[in-house]
Amino acid sequence: MAITKDHELHVRRRKRNLWVGLMLVSFVALVFGITVAKMSDGEMMEAFDHSLRPSLVEGSE
Amino acid sequence: MTDVTTMDQSRDAEFGDYFALLKPRVMSLVIFTAAVGLFVAPVHVHPVLAFASILFIAIGAGASGALNMWWDADIDLVMKRTQGRPVPSGRVTADDAKMLGLWLSVIAVAMLGLTANFLAAGLLAFTIFFYAVVYSMWLKRATPQNIVIGGAAGAFPPMIGWAVATGGVSIESILMFGLIFMWTPPHFWALALFMNDDYTKAGVPMLPVTHGKRETRKQILIYSVLLAPVGLILAFTPIGGPVFFAVSAVLNILFLKGAYGLYRRVEDNAEADKYAAERKFFRLSLYYLFLHFVGLLVESGLRAASIDWAFWPQWGL
Repeated sequence: MAITKDHELHVRRRKRNLWVGLMLVSFVALVFGITVAKMSDGEMMEAFDHSLRPSLVEGSE
Repeated sequence: MTDVTTMDQSRDAEFGDYFALLKPRVMSLVIFTAAVGLFVAPVHVHPVLAFASILFIAIGAGASGALNMWWDADIDLVMKRTQGRPVPSGRVTADDAKMLGLWLSVIAVAMLGLTANFLAAGLLAFTIFFYAVVYSMWLKRATPQNIVIGGAAGAFPPMIGWAVATGGVSIESILMFGLIFMWTPPHFWALALFMNDDYTKAGVPMLPVTHGKRETRKQILIYSVLLAPVGLILAFTPIGGPVFFAVSAVLNILFLKGAYGLYRRVEDNAEADKYAAERKFFRLSLYYLFLHFVGLLVESGLRAASIDWAFWPQWGL
């Protein structure tokens, strides 16, 4: 325990920061969830990256 | 809204104050109508993607609410109904509201584009623009037609939900849009009839302020008559059906009866009973919209249970 007493303002600020942190963590979890959902739906995992990708050309398989 | 006090500007805002900037009560209606638009569409959406899409639509709607609170802080301070909002009460600065609104708009539109498709994201972006710029900045203080045109912003969510699922716009989503669009004027004008003093004080040109209550009562009746066919036509599209038709017919009869009652009312009687009939009509209008969308959900549930109405004439099939 700290030897100085927290000002009430710091207590409130900490609470707010915890909420913001929680929001960020849930956003990360949500993006991960979206990725898993899209991949399990069989969505394309590759995209154009300036080199020839035969799998991206229609009818090449 | 009960603990209205002028607060110290230097006080740190709490998380809840930022949440209040997103207008959670408006948001709940957006979530509901967007979810109905998404679920009644004939395309299956992965539940995680459906959840995320609705969340991003809600965040986008919240962002436009924050932008509205930034722009309208001066009006909100004068009106009793809005004095307790975070910006007029001094808990959040107007600049913070603006930045929160802008960033949440960007995040919501970008994430909806990546999660669903770019048509849905484009519609969301347009909705935010329409509410924050067209309605709040251009129309609200300029013309008594403000809510007629501004109502489009509230009408978009089911169309966005539908676009998330189908990737397109179709007659069903246009009619869902039309239902909310035509419903908005009578809904808000009924409110304006008994909240008139607030709008007068703030200088917002609502219809009863500029054209008088007599004219407002007439316009409520006109729009209620124009509203009636929208729900009834929707009943004959692939997302409608006899259950929805019955719900819509009953609600429309009640709504028209209420609107006609308001039209016939003499102002002295209204003031004598403190606008009891107007308040009742306003409450009825909330049920009107809610139950129409519940009706669509019921029809979709029946279709999922393979109950289809062979005798029911369907438009566009």
